[in-house]
Amino acid sequence: MTLPWILLFLPLVVAAANQLLLKKTGLAPIVSVASAAATFVIAILLLGTTGTTSFEWATIGDFSIDIGVKLDRLSTGMMIVVTGVGLLVHIFSLAYMKDDEAKARYFTGLSLFMFSMTGIVLASNFIMTFIFWELVGVSSYLLIGHWYGKDSAADAAKKAFLCNRVGDFGFMIGILMLWGITGALSFDEMKPGLEAYRSANPAIFGGVLSAAVLCIFCGAIGKSAQLPLHVWLPDAMEGPTPVSALIHAATMVAAGVYMLFRLQFSLGADVFVGLTASTVIAWTGGITSLVAALMATQQDDIKRVLAYSTLSQLGYMVMAVGLVSGEAGMFHLFTHAWFKALLFLGSGAVIYACHHEQNIWKMGGLLKKMPLTGATFAIGTAALIAVPYVTSGFWSKEEILAAAFSGNKILFGIAIFVAFLTTFYMTRLFVVAFLGKPRDHGAEHAHEVGPLMSLPLVVLAIMAIVSGFAFTSDKLNAFRPIHESGHAEGHGIILGASIASLVLGLIAGFVMYRGKEKDPVVIPLLQNRFYIDRFYDHFVVRYFQDAFSAIIHFFDEFFINGIFVGGLSRAAESTGNLFRKVQSGSLQTYAFAFGLGVVFLIYFTVFF
Amino acid sequence: MLALLVFLPLVAVIAILFGAPARLTAIAASALNLVVGLAAVLSWKAPVWTSSLTVLEKPALHLSFGFPDGMSVVMILLSVIVTLAAVLSGKAPEGREKLYFTSSLLISAGALGAFASTDLFFFYAFHELALIPTFLMIGMLGRGDRREAAWKITIYLGLGSIVLLAGLVWLANLTGTFNIQQMIANQALIPADAQKGIAALLVLGFGTLVSLFPFHSWAAPAYASAPAPVAMLHAGVLKKFGLYGLLRIAIPLVPDGLQAWLTPLLVLLLGNILWVGWVTISQKRLDTMLGNSSVMHMGYIFLAIAALIAFPENDLALPAAVVLMFAHGISIALLFALADRIERKTGSIDLDDLGGLAKATPLLAFLFGIAAMASIGLPGLANFSGEVLVFLSAFRNYDATTGLGPVQIACILSIWGVVISAVYMLRAYRRIFQGPPVKSTEAAIDLTLAERVPAILLIVALLAVGLYPNLLLNLLK
Repeated sequence: MTLPWILLFLPLVVAAANQLLLKKTGLAPIVSVASAAATFVIAILLLGTTGTTSFEWATIGDFSIDIGVKLDRLSTGMMIVVTGVGLLVHIFSLAYMKDDEAKARYFTGLSLFMFSMTGIVLASNFIMTFIFWELVGVSSYLLIGHWYGKDSAADAAKKAFLCNRVGDFGFMIGILMLWGITGALSFDEMKPGLEAYRSANPAIFGGVLSAAVLCIFCGAIGKSAQLPLHVWLPDAMEGPTPVSALIHAATMVAAGVYMLFRLQFSLGADVFVGLTASTVIAWTGGITSLVAALMATQQDDIKRVLAYSTLSQLGYMVMAVGLVSGEAGMFHLFTHAWFKALLFLGSGAVIYACHHEQNIWKMGGLLKKMPLTGATFAIGTAALIAVPYVTSGFWSKEEILAAAFSGNKILFGIAIFVAFLTTFYMTRLFVVAFLGKPRDHGAEHAHEVGPLMSLPLVVLAIMAIVSGFAFTSDKLNAFRPIHESGHAEGHGIILGASIASLVLGLIAGFVMYRGKEKDPVVIPLLQNRFYIDRFYDHFVVRYFQDAFSAIIHFFDEFFINGIFVGGLSRAAESTGNLFRKVQSGSLQTYAFAFGLGVVFLIYFTVFF
Repeated sequence: MLALLVFLPLVAVIAILFGAPARLTAIAASALNLVVGLAAVLSWKAPVWTSSLTVLEKPALHLSFGFPDGMSVVMILLSVIVTLAAVLSGKAPEGREKLYFTSSLLISAGALGAFASTDLFFFYAFHELALIPTFLMIGMLGRGDRREAAWKITIYLGLGSIVLLAGLVWLANLTGTFNIQQMIANQALIPADAQKGIAALLVLGFGTLVSLFPFHSWAAPAYASAPAPVAMLHAGVLKKFGLYGLLRIAIPLVPDGLQAWLTPLLVLLLGNILWVGWVTISQKRLDTMLGNSSVMHMGYIFLAIAALIAFPENDLALPAAVVLMFAHGISIALLFALADRIERKTGSIDLDDLGGLAKATPLLAFLFGIAAMASIGLPGLANFSGEVLVFLSAFRNYDATTGLGPVQIACILSIWGVVISAVYMLRAYRRIFQGPPVKSTEAAIDLTLAERVPAILLIVALLAVGLYPNLLLNLLK
């Protein structure tokens, strides 16, 4: 079992070496890419292996916190996503970041991220998950803030970290509560403890477990950017685009879903059925998917459209977890990782070609200028909008729709409407940016990107199609649910509704946006993202946090300081000379006062 | 041998007073002490470290040093590391080298003496010894409103010490000895009603020395005014005396008395974490922000102490408290050292005057970033190991059948502090290092090799304990 340890620690060693030794040599990018390639190979070798191995990290008596590696179908499958997308993003970055003066720092951050993400995936216990959870947060902070000289990037990095921290507040409490309930921290040992607790306390079992699960869910809300902590993800687009593809689309933001699924897997799906927490989780996911999709329809920045789309798709996955169909959620996580990384890298190629222009209204006609990028982007779009039978997104979205159909018809309705919105905004994006005529000189002079960028695009485009099929996904340990009785309940309705939403979305998108110079529809509420960001910035931060802390500060100064010190100073002054001399700053007096104290002490101890 | 550790700085002080070069002597003595301290860590169970010298026959008073358990070893280790970093970081004003470095060494000697003493009298006296140079340095060589700050810290800590003294004398009186081990052996002699009174005196006395809310308002102005080595040594090392005292003296001797004060203690420690946490957010200067943050983080160590009071069989609480004391001591010393560098390089410590410093001084930004992340509680750095153990210790006796107890509720509320510390630390980092450079930061020069050494020393300690906490926990077995 040395291979998984290498898989875990190689990126850390590389990050440390990059920072300490290779910063000035120009070798850092190559070393990072080599490390990503090596971890990908190891991840493939580990497919199909199971087992747990660990060492004690913090030991007190018979209690210990372990650092461990848990290999099973879930973790080895997820590692393929992390290292596979990771490797492609590393390669893409070689070209994308080649002129950046802080390349070494960038690749150090990527390697640190790979280490942290691998830790979450392989973690054998909840404290370890939390450790790497935080480390993922900090690597994301570093990469979003890569261009920290820009105010917007620095602010976005800070915002991401803080939103995650708010989620982690609940996450930590949830871990502690679950520890109290099951008596275990490690995933392998939780189930027996939970069963014992259930048989001892049948009446309160559901309520207590719900409370703990909801606290843990807070962590997922932060990391997977669910409502109401979603605000950091669109801002995180300030980071370099390959980072958005890897961290803010394919892997880190999916960690929340992964962690929830790990929890369901460890405790057993049966205890989640009918739990209040499950209902809350399902609705949080459903509402997030709807709200984010609505906001995506009115964004003009190509990356922001994709960011809101990611939010919306994460909402789907979370909803699946809440409907206790984790398999469907994980399967969608798996397929989504490839096609969303593809779309982000495609947008990166476009931005690169258009000289860092991100506004889709200044693009146009890019399919002709960049046929390969355009074609792969079209494939990614097709997968995201779930073109039936030929794309991976179709297979996984069907599973989620089926889960919603059998679980909750209102959520099913929402999910279908979101599918329509998804098709609509992606059609809008594709029509405006890739079809028609160039509307700006950046797009006018755009030309196809080089092989280091196009290779990842092609590989991801292939995955965007094949990863949904059994012959690929089963080999890669993706959770493609198997329906024993042929088709799921209501198969015909689900298929019909999803195809109808696709067709309607395509038609609406084409009709509204074909050949337009500017957006024909302006909905301020959606452009301003329901004013949620503004509410946070103005009300929560300025009027609540800052004003509140200023008030506390005032009380601290004038109340505690005033009463205690002020009172003391008046008492001191009225007792006369000694303290006034202290106040006058005479050194001898300080020393004298303390010498006196010591003498007093000696006197006391000798003669009492 | 432990006596050597305590007297080496004192010998260096005498040498400096007789004309030895102040800075070099201080550095040499501190480096030597670090070596001795590391040797002590490796072999602390050996009898060679214990020594006792009779000072008075009646009442029996011994100048005795030793390691009753691993907690003292960790505190000694903390002291020697921070001392070396402090004298390496310090830059004395022209002509005041003697005062500057002898004071620093005296603070260190006092702290080492207090942590190494196995006799109650010297345990107390060494701490007092260390306070005098602290006041002197703030009053004479401090910055800003130094008179006010020196006066405030003198009053607070003086009164705290007197309250503490009353409690200790009461204890010694009842147990009939100054030897701490014997006092614990005679614990049964302390009647129940006296326990409650003594516990109150000890919590108030030790608490004031550790800036327990609401006796905290001396800390921020004092650290803001103090020269860097004094802020590092006091916030990093000397302040831990109060916590160490609670763990070493109060908990073994008056456990039942403390139990009676559990709820007030929980309220006060939440005052440290939440109230002072909010105060910290509104600070406009880095130095007062760091001073307040160090007050805030004391709350977590008090939480571990409260968990131990509430549940005496709690095996996690003491190690948690010790790891966090060590971690906080190192990280706050590092932050004060780097804040001092920022001020020397840009001429300002006001967050509004700074910005974009990372461009000119990437290394300083990197090191400060690590220190800030340590303070936020990022895994891989020592503070996280301490904090997560504290949280676990607070939930050690959580009974999922009957619901959350007072310690668990306090723990849940205190975890919000994890968000608060991220808010102010990241805000400070954002304001100082990120964004476009401003006039004061454009031409700043990055750290030289010599300036890096103390920071790297402290960061190595933070990383070692953060990456593998068993390094420290093994000492506490």
